[in-house]
Amino acid sequence: MKFDTPAGTTPIDRQTVIGRPHPRVEGPLKTTGTATYAAEHHDLGGDIAYGYILGAAIGKGRIAAIDTSAADAAPGVRAIVTYRTAGPLGVGQFYVQRMLAGPAVDHYHQAVAVVVADTFEQARAASALIRVDYARTTGSFDLSAQKADAPIAPKEPFGGPSQIVVGDFDRAFAAAPVTLDETYTVPDQAHAMMEPHATIARWDGDLLTCWTSIQQMNWGVRDLARILGIPKANIRLRSPYIGGGFGGKGTVQSDLVLAALAARAAGRPVKLVLQRTLMFNNTIHRPKTIQRVRLGAGRDGRLTAIGHDNWSGNLAGGRTEPSTIPTRLLYRGENRLLRRYLTTLDLAEGNAMRAPGEAPGMMALEMAMDELAERLGMDPVDLRIANDTAVDPEKPGRPFSTRAFVECLRTGADRFGWSKRPGSPASRRDGDWLIGFGMASAIRGAPIAKAGARVRLERSGRVIVETDKTDLGTGSYTIVAQTAAEMMGVPLDRVEARLGDSSFPETPGSGGQMGAASVTAGVYAACAKLRDIVVQRLGFERDDVVFADGEVRSAGRTVSLASAARLGELVAEDSMEYGDLSQRFAQQTFGAHFAEVGVDRYTGVVRVRRLLAVCAAGRILNPVTARSQVIGGMTMGIGAALMEEMAVDTRFGLFVNHDLAGYEVPVHADVPHLDVAFIDEVDPTMSPLKAKGVGELGLTGVAPAIANAVYNATGVRVRDYPITLDKYLTRLPELT
Amino acid sequence: MKAFTYERAKDAGAAARAVAGRPGAKFIAGGTNLLDLMKIEVETPTHLVDVQDLGFDTIVKTADGGLRIGALVTNTNLAADARVRRDYGVLTRAIVAGASGQLRNKASTAGNLLQRTRCPYFYDTNMACNKRRPGSGCAAIGGYSRQLGVIGVSTSCIATFPGDMAVAMRVLDAVVETVDATGARRAIPIADFHRLWGDRPDLDTVLKPGELITAVTLPRPIGGKHFYEKVRDRASYAYALVSVAAVIQPDGTGRVAFGGVAPRPWRVEAADALLPQGAAAVTARAFRGATPTEDNGFKLPLATRALASVIAQAKA
Repeated sequence: MKFDTPAGTTPIDRQTVIGRPHPRVEGPLKTTGTATYAAEHHDLGGDIAYGYILGAAIGKGRIAAIDTSAADAAPGVRAIVTYRTAGPLGVGQFYVQRMLAGPAVDHYHQAVAVVVADTFEQARAASALIRVDYARTTGSFDLSAQKADAPIAPKEPFGGPSQIVVGDFDRAFAAAPVTLDETYTVPDQAHAMMEPHATIARWDGDLLTCWTSIQQMNWGVRDLARILGIPKANIRLRSPYIGGGFGGKGTVQSDLVLAALAARAAGRPVKLVLQRTLMFNNTIHRPKTIQRVRLGAGRDGRLTAIGHDNWSGNLAGGRTEPSTIPTRLLYRGENRLLRRYLTTLDLAEGNAMRAPGEAPGMMALEMAMDELAERLGMDPVDLRIANDTAVDPEKPGRPFSTRAFVECLRTGADRFGWSKRPGSPASRRDGDWLIGFGMASAIRGAPIAKAGARVRLERSGRVIVETDKTDLGTGSYTIVAQTAAEMMGVPLDRVEARLGDSSFPETPGSGGQMGAASVTAGVYAACAKLRDIVVQRLGFERDDVVFADGEVRSAGRTVSLASAARLGELVAEDSMEYGDLSQRFAQQTFGAHFAEVGVDRYTGVVRVRRLLAVCAAGRILNPVTARSQVIGGMTMGIGAALMEEMAVDTRFGLFVNHDLAGYEVPVHADVPHLDVAFIDEVDPTMSPLKAKGVGELGLTGVAPAIANAVYNATGVRVRDYPITLDKYLTRLPELT
Repeated sequence: MKAFTYERAKDAGAAARAVAGRPGAKFIAGGTNLLDLMKIEVETPTHLVDVQDLGFDTIVKTADGGLRIGALVTNTNLAADARVRRDYGVLTRAIVAGASGQLRNKASTAGNLLQRTRCPYFYDTNMACNKRRPGSGCAAIGGYSRQLGVIGVSTSCIATFPGDMAVAMRVLDAVVETVDATGARRAIPIADFHRLWGDRPDLDTVLKPGELITAVTLPRPIGGKHFYEKVRDRASYAYALVSVAAVIQPDGTGRVAFGGVAPRPWRVEAADALLPQGAAAVTARAFRGATPTEDNGFKLPLATRALASVIAQAKA
């Protein structure tokens, strides 16, 4: 099915199942521990062996010698794979990292070897017996030190041009009566999802099946085929359940590649779970950014000049953290200069983490807007409203498909009680707590991409949906089933969604906030085709047929849906493809975040007291799962604002705090009441569902809202995330 | 994890002898720290002597009106004990400020005293660490040291003792009771229990090989208001940047110890005497000679401010 004109009325608009707050259909499996995650398939047969990865001990250099003899002889060891035995390995298309070091070591904890043994404990013990002599070479690990020499990034596949020039920024900035020119830093961050990367790999002749944990099955097959040098057709990946990913499991990581190599070497299926201590330096992460924001405004607050320069580093061939993305479309302003600079760093690869670009970009831009509001003497909400734009500021002929931005701001301000904000910084106390309010805008792209599905109508009338979409705990099973239930006119419990199998029709999986919108459109297309088949089978006139209540009705005639499959199961497969609506319209999601914090006036400890997110993201397919997505993002935003940082040791070239004791993410006690409101809207330019994703919108803007609240509480501006007390302790208001 | 042998000791003497007679042997109780360290081969015992059958799991009153806490009393049970809550509030507050409920259910009183530093370089076997591998150097010096020590450290090691419970015990003048392989018993004041690193940071405490902790005693209650102020980046399940254990009397005198700053709970009795003069006077004395790094210099003003908060609460 092709979608190239805005949707009119569709069966989805009935909203008998879609749009309803159905709890997650797979929830009982998870609460009873019976959902099978990657490492939990105990029914595969065969004699599963265990793999354990040895990570490189240096940040940059070469393996001068490697001696596995002691490990080879250790109890239970069946195989050891190193670069000398692995055969040639390619590189994936999305990540540039090499999955196995040797002889060059590209970054700390890059895999040097995988040991296969009869038990996990044997494999782990043997890995420590491998002797590796390294020849260390000088690496580059310090973004700040290399910033001055970093060139503009080359053309990149995501995030638009590396340099965007509109109007004459320099002149407008110089002429602006009120200006701001500040630099902000966002540190390296880890996904730190609960389930580690994990794979069970099994070879049946040339056919490789992997039970794994990745977000995009089709990318996984593509990248694994490239790396192993085998045909895509020989690979089947299965990720029915994923214990969190946040982009860290976008596609193939070392666990998948090395499990496959290990299984081939051992001649047995191999289970490999990446140990937590390796996850920080072995896999991808959100790279550090240094961002200079320059804003020029009239005294009425209207922006005339917007400058945003972004520096980040990566392995050779890697991309930038594209923090300038949100600045392209959020605010008006005739003169714009956005640049992304890239330098080579020999740290683990920087790549996608929840709202890549937007999340760190907004941490800078929205703090800058808060600072500008203060210089203007304007309310921060009013400043945002004054800079709303109905059109793409780079292409004034291109309108937004929907833009409920101002409604988000006004709804949020009202619901939060923004008018009760402390008018000047450090002006309100509650006992020993300094109280502050802060807010920030939210924006995140609403991409949508070709997605397919296969729908079966069983003789019983049950509907089965199969797609390679994944569910990271986000609700994919539920919204896929809801879509099919709505389309086929059956109750939700008559639909079964089967996901996460690369043999199913392709989707863009879970990533880039495009999963929900894309897969539901694919399911829509397949269901539309199945409806046609049903109509034909039942001999209805096509135009006025209604699918409802397990029945098919037309012109007074009512037949059960199941009867269409009386003679055998009906199957339809289709995908949704797109025309140029995304070029004609700027398709984005919008929001506003509000925060109240308390800062201990003695110790500087920050506690978030409440957060509110107001989101506009097209039709909300399921308010329960959508809310869960948003509050998850808000929780992640608390971490980004207040604690998350991978500390770089620039001497040795590694992230030092590479475990969950050292890399702190919020715990329950850090997370207060989280309030979420959705603006009631649909976006007919997206798909027949008129829906957009919401998973990344919930994160963008949270951290700067909290940071701005800390400023409002203390009067101390910290532009270096995370906002930890050591950065402002001695500048807190005098103790009285 | 290196292969090891294991036995369950039947009595304290046998346990002490089993460890003393075997290089590389260690006691294990709750195992909440030791097992983690064994998995990453920071700890590589050849033999484990499990002491969980030895009893030592009660809290009884002592002749002088104090409490004797068995070495195997869990952190949860110690914190919840009605007598501890009533008379030694600082101890309950310190314990529940540490770790998580699950860990406190498993962790023992003696094990809590023996937990090892959380310095990230100690945890990474690729890094030089005099504590883990004597003579290899200290990667933390000149590295990422935000969490590390500001006083009592040395040119060999700047790690901190990470615990909370012991900081409260230091304020309470607790005494650690032990028995060794010969059956000899010792009573070690907590002030002397943890070593300063000097040139032997591999030795955390003054315990001799095979010397087994049997109990910790608390002197009779000293009254006053009890505080444990733990400052950290997140609200729970994090080690202290700085913690303050304090008992403040109605006249403003009292005792104070600091956690998260040194190889041991940091208390300077001469500084206690300055409490009536305010927090700055106390910390100026307590942290005299401090050698913070660029990363952790904030711990000095933080200690002062955290103590000021406690003093203000005591007056309220």
